Amino acid sequence: MVSFKDLPEEELFLAGSTACQGCPSSLALRIAFKALGSNTILIVVASCTSVLQGSYPLSAINLPLMNVAFATGGASASGVAAGVKALVKRGELAEEPTVLVWAGDGGTYDIGIQSLSGAAERETDFIYVCYNNEMYSNTGTQRSGATPLGAWTTTTPGGKVQHRKDIAQIMIAHRIPYVATASLAYPLDFYQKMQKAKGIRGTKYIEMLAPCPPGWKFPSAQMIEVSRLAVQSGMWLLYENEDGETRFTGGTKRIIEGKVKKKPVKDYLEMQGRFRQVLASPEGQEAEDLLEEQVSDSIRRLHGWVPEYI
Amino acid sequence: MKEDSEEVGYMTSVSRPVKGCAGDTGEWRVFRPVKDEEKCNNCLLCWIFCPEATISKDGQEIDYQYCKGCGICAVECPTGAITMVKEEKQ
Repeated sequence: MVSFKDLPEEELFLAGSTACQGCPSSLALRIAFKALGSNTILIVVASCTSVLQGSYPLSAINLPLMNVAFATGGASASGVAAGVKALVKRGELAEEPTVLVWAGDGGTYDIGIQSLSGAAERETDFIYVCYNNEMYSNTGTQRSGATPLGAWTTTTPGGKVQHRKDIAQIMIAHRIPYVATASLAYPLDFYQKMQKAKGIRGTKYIEMLAPCPPGWKFPSAQMIEVSRLAVQSGMWLLYENEDGETRFTGGTKRIIEGKVKKKPVKDYLEMQGRFRQVLASPEGQEAEDLLEEQVSDSIRRLHGWVPEYI
Repeated sequence: MKEDSEEVGYMTSVSRPVKGCAGDTGEWRVFRPVKDEEKCNNCLLCWIFCPEATISKDGQEIDYQYCKGCGICAVECPTGAITMVKEEKQ
């Protein structure tokens, strides 16, 4: 069992970056770098991370890093992975580095999906991390394919009317060796999933919920609390899928096993300003019921049935 | 191959990693986290949850030069050893 004491002290994400206060992406990068070590090549798809790494000629990320266009996460990784393999074969690199793609939900759910799907089909050896803040935060909070029903964004001023899509299941359908979801409120779970992904050959997909304080409209100090409540309310399910077998982890495992009572989705919605409008409207109850129904539906799809105590 | 790359030179601009690439980000702070050494039980939660890597693993010292004052450490501290204090105008 890994504890906080076992995590390396070395910081590859350097303090004093251009990230907002309480940024989930910078925290996720810190933990991911601790799991992967310094022999890593990072590919950043256009997102907030392209900004928070600092402006030219300085950078907050102490790793080889390449900033690429929105739709090219998977394609760039294929190129880098092939290049790295050639260098190892020629003897110019002693140890093969881990190729890590870091993309937001816009660069994964909407714009980057064809490139990611292609790379997964070619069985490219890389880790793809999607930090999902459920909107295009970098350009001023527009709706994305990951925005949940009822959430306010600048392009859904009355609350989004559609459900989000389930990209982790799309990746599982590619039959890649490892797919996992993670949450920042469970840092050891995320750390272990990154370490596990590092040890597996082939395409690995890890998705993390990244509550964005300015975009979701809550105080930056509550970033971890919101992450935790997303898991406790079932709005974000923690699981890993290895060779087709799904296994629940962290807080979700405790809910499924009946050790902890699932919290109502309303607790999670009320913490965030982006749901305030829809909760106050006459359709508020309906939106809440629809989200609650979606949680049950997601559990049914993953687990086979919904235990009566949930 | 090596000679070729020396002739051509680097075609793209390269950024260098440095601490404080956005300057002293501690200036952004409105509330300052202050740690009570007596209450601290070295659980390392503040170290792991700091998004800016400003809390050291050894002794959990806060680097006020870069701490942006997000307040996550104060909320997550299980013993309430960290309190947020309003910054005074200098």
